[in-house]
Amino acid sequence: MSGVPATAARTPLSAAARLRKGKWYEQPRWRRLGALLALAVLMAQVTGEQGVRNDLFHALEQNFKGGGVGVWVGIAVAVWLIREFFDDAVARGVSRLRERAGGPARTVRATSGRLFGRRGYRWGALGALLLVLIVLPLTVTTFWQQVLVDQIGVYVMLAVGLNVVIGWAGMLDLGFIAFFAIGAYSSAYWTGGLPVEPPVELNNFLVIPVAVVTCLVAGVLLGAPTLRLRGDYLAIVTLGFHEIVYLVAKNYAEFTGGTRGANGLDRFSLDLGFWSYDWTLDPVPYYWIQLGFVVVIIVLFLRLEHSRVGRAWTAIREDEVAAAATGVNTVRFKLLAFAIGASTSGVAGVIYASKQAFVNPEQFVVLFSILALSYVVFGGMGSVPGVLVGTAFLVWLPQFLRDRVDPQDRYMYLGALLVIMMIYRPQGLLPSRRRQRELRMAGEGVSGADALGARPGGERG
Amino acid sequence: MSGVGLEKDTGPAPEAAGAAGALLELRDLHVCYGAIEALKGISLTVAEGEVVALLGANGAGKSTTLKAASGMLAPRTGEVLLRGERVDGIKSHELVHFGIGHVPEGRRVFARMSVLENLRMGAYRLRRPDPDDLDRVFSLFPVLARRRKQVSGTLSGGEQQMLAIGRALMGKPELLLLDEPSMGLAPLIVRQIFEILKEINAQGTTLLLVEQNASQALRLADRGYVLETGTVVMADAAPALLSDPRIRAAYLGEVPE
Ligand SMILES: Nc1ncnc2c1ncn2[C@@H]1O[C@H](COP(=O)(O)OP(=O)(O)OP(=O)(O)O)[C@@H](O)[C@H]1O
Ligand SMILES: [Mg+2]
Repeated sequence: MSGVPATAARTPLSAAARLRKGKWYEQPRWRRLGALLALAVLMAQVTGEQGVRNDLFHALEQNFKGGGVGVWVGIAVAVWLIREFFDDAVARGVSRLRERAGGPARTVRATSGRLFGRRGYRWGALGALLLVLIVLPLTVTTFWQQVLVDQIGVYVMLAVGLNVVIGWAGMLDLGFIAFFAIGAYSSAYWTGGLPVEPPVELNNFLVIPVAVVTCLVAGVLLGAPTLRLRGDYLAIVTLGFHEIVYLVAKNYAEFTGGTRGANGLDRFSLDLGFWSYDWTLDPVPYYWIQLGFVVVIIVLFLRLEHSRVGRAWTAIREDEVAAAATGVNTVRFKLLAFAIGASTSGVAGVIYASKQAFVNPEQFVVLFSILALSYVVFGGMGSVPGVLVGTAFLVWLPQFLRDRVDPQDRYMYLGALLVIMMIYRPQGLLPSRRRQRELRMAGEGVSGADALGARPGGERG
Repeated sequence: MSGVGLEKDTGPAPEAAGAAGALLELRDLHVCYGAIEALKGISLTVAEGEVVALLGANGAGKSTTLKAASGMLAPRTGEVLLRGERVDGIKSHELVHFGIGHVPEGRRVFARMSVLENLRMGAYRLRRPDPDDLDRVFSLFPVLARRRKQVSGTLSGGEQQMLAIGRALMGKPELLLLDEPSMGLAPLIVRQIFEILKEINAQGTTLLLVEQNASQALRLADRGYVLETGTVVMADAAPALLSDPRIRAAYLGEVPE
């Protein structure tokens, strides 16, 4: 062929001009619209009519005829328009709302301040919140009580633990549910629910410290050889670890009960001599146990975050070599984060097994690890309030949608929400300051500003 | 508050415990990366209060030498002695407590922390950081004081280098290992940084300095070593090296007449 690059050579300036502006589809704004429209069509396809054999696009066709696509496309365009062109207006509206809410907030603060002293108003407000959380289950239906315990409570504990590993220490752990399983099976084993007898039968409250230790040990055993790995490598190894735990639970039937698991496990019970209480089918008392643990864990974790430990994690996340050069024992702190996350997960597992009164491997599929991870990312990696709110909201959403949409489509809505979130607010709902900084700097081309601290081409000591 | 239990930064106090008052001594150091032998028997000494320059072409093993001295790498054979005591095999995060500060090649500031957070991180090894240390760093590097709130990743290269040095100083090192502090910096900034290094040394910190900028380094240093493919090929007082024709040819870009 001859004279191929002629046009490019002849009009370099116009080529530069074109490159400078970029093709229209290369501009982020239009790309986002494209993504949203694709998502809209996908939503129409998935949430539309049931598929028909041999007709892959039956639902889509029906949707086009019936105008179902139009609704989704309309929503997509509306989201896009609002975010792209009325962002300032939205921000102004939010700040005006905030101002208006400021009045009542001030009175609450003032009252709380008068009651608890100048600096105590925070504690007053937190106390009030805690009180609300304590009575919350008494004000909802049994269905929502179950959701609170089996779903929200469990995932909040998981997410708070996972946040230490991924948000603070910057290690991508995809096998997190394995420790949840270890906790649950510990409960089953030590209360005598598995085919093998334990040396001594324990009350579930005593199983908790045992499960914590078991998960710590398991976490360290997994962590010690693998923590040299970073980012994606660590993710794969943890995934493999999950698979091992899952397959052992499934196939080592003499010990775990195999696929069927174990039924009729002991529930929590407390006997203080003068007073005793047995947890039964009623979910509310389990909720209170969970709430108690979550509060204790969060208080401990927040103290850690601002201690030398938290600073060490941050430094490790930023640059391991430099962290070691300032005197941080990187291996120990990474192991610590891993073990703390693991044992939190384990406690959640004990409570879960006891509440359900049965364990089986299908409760611990890897999907739940992924879900926990997406809750953490959605809420805002590294931010405890973000993780709490984000997890509670995302777990609540599919349940809320239960009677409102086709039940099998519920997770599609969840997925769509996550996608939109990642397009417009990748830092999460209530992001930590550092994560915000990180994403902004990645946009400004500052090196080493990758989400999980994995730096391309960097040396690892 | 006076730094209780911390080494006072007074000039060279010759209470030498080790061989001939050496603060740091490397003896016949061999370091390997897998099958590659990067250091083939390096021996050098750094006396208390000295500035020692380490010169050599790319890949000669200068950074490797510093890493072995600060515990980032364990030597295969050979000894690292600090005040006459063997410290090889001690991990870098522990060796920091023995008074060795390492400013690694390529600065490596904590990019997403602010300048102040970086400096605080530098004092990590001290349970109770001395507020005077921060003032000292800020008086050495006034730029950092002005930019204390700025996110470090957005500092200019020179500012990041100053931050890296300042961060190491916050750990109160007696011996500071500097790996190419002038890399990629404008001549004016290079001169400025060398002035500050001189000041740091005058305040009582011993320096072991790896540099490509041989003339600046040798003007600051008391003595110098020249490395070539993992061995020391020359060791002399700095002025002697500076006037040595081979050095002038190899590192100062002069054509021998
Ligand atoms: N992690 C590593 N793995 C394998 N080889 C390495 C590693 N680090 C350094 N080397 C090799 O060891 C030798 C010495 O490297 P070193 O970094 O000490 O050189 P240097 O003198 O600091 O060079 P420069 O002036 O370019 O920084 C080089 O040949 C290098 O390729
Ligand atoms: Mg080097």
